[in-house]
Amino acid sequence: MRRYLPLFTAIAFIALLALGIWSGEVPVVWHKAITICLSCIGIG
Amino acid sequence: MERLRRKSQYIFTLLANAYWLFPWRSPIYQGPLKKICFPGLNCHSCPAATMSCPIGALQNLLATLRPGLQMGQIHFGAYVLGSLGLIGSIGGRMPCSWICPFGLLQKWLFLLPVPKLSFWRPLRWGPYLFLIVFVVLLPILVVDSLGYGSTWFCKYVCPAGTLEAGIPLLCLDQGLRRAAGWLFAYKFIVLILLLIWCTVTTRPFCRAICPLGAIYGLFNRISWLRLRFHPDRCVQCEACLTICPTGVSFYNGLDDLNSAACIRCLRCFSICPANAVTLEFGPVREDISNTSESEII
Repeated sequence: MRRYLPLFTAIAFIALLALGIWSGEVPVVWHKAITICLSCIGIG
Repeated sequence: MERLRRKSQYIFTLLANAYWLFPWRSPIYQGPLKKICFPGLNCHSCPAATMSCPIGALQNLLATLRPGLQMGQIHFGAYVLGSLGLIGSIGGRMPCSWICPFGLLQKWLFLLPVPKLSFWRPLRWGPYLFLIVFVVLLPILVVDSLGYGSTWFCKYVCPAGTLEAGIPLLCLDQGLRRAAGWLFAYKFIVLILLLIWCTVTTRPFCRAICPLGAIYGLFNRISWLRLRFHPDRCVQCEACLTICPTGVSFYNGLDDLNSAACIRCLRCFSICPANAVTLEFGPVREDISNTSESEII
């Protein structure tokens, strides 16, 4: 079981990635990333 | 190997900051590449940034978790965690030393000829503290009347945001310059202190603060790429410890070679005169333990 832990881990995170894409997180990430983050630059 | 790593750092730093039209077009890049999370710490509000920052993106998703749930949307960061987990499960903390632009900056600063200080080992727990408190708990728990949280790590800690986004944007935009107040002053002081720390200690941000490194570090023992220590070959020359940027002391059993502190720069692998450190890729071998300590015993 431990032998294939790297494989199981990779598969689990591919599934999590797919879940994020399916649930519509990508447009949310994109929208936040294309607007200037005032917190990041130390204004708001 | 070292030359290859240096090239990799430069290439990824340029790829992550390849939008040089910001003085003439929009102040930051707004194209489709920003849908991708960059594997290193690179603020997506940097005028030249082409991809999104995974820590910023994760905080944004968690900060809007409550209003999202009320609208029937479960955005808990699966996309970001899935991206980071996939990379971590392949190379562990390798992006910290092969990709991250902020890691490259720390490396440059440490080359300055100033007196050097050792790193206080208990600070190794810092990245987990920042990850759990500033990246996860505070954005979810401290919310306004509408249920929206804030990006606490970006707002109060992240020096990459001040350096890569704050300073350039304030230089470019008079309106932002006028809006800057005590928070910017505070973040600027944090940045200066950290930069000074970087000149006297190797990679203090990676070792004591970085929540992204904390996430990748969790995968070091179970990633496809791993390091293996062969104590029977070790000549106790300490070359590995001397060259290690994060002070992982595995030759004497103090640390595991694949501990979360290792940023996988592979310098120990390159420098060892007795080939006591080897690379493994693929399924975990169960015939020999990965921990140096158990092998010594």
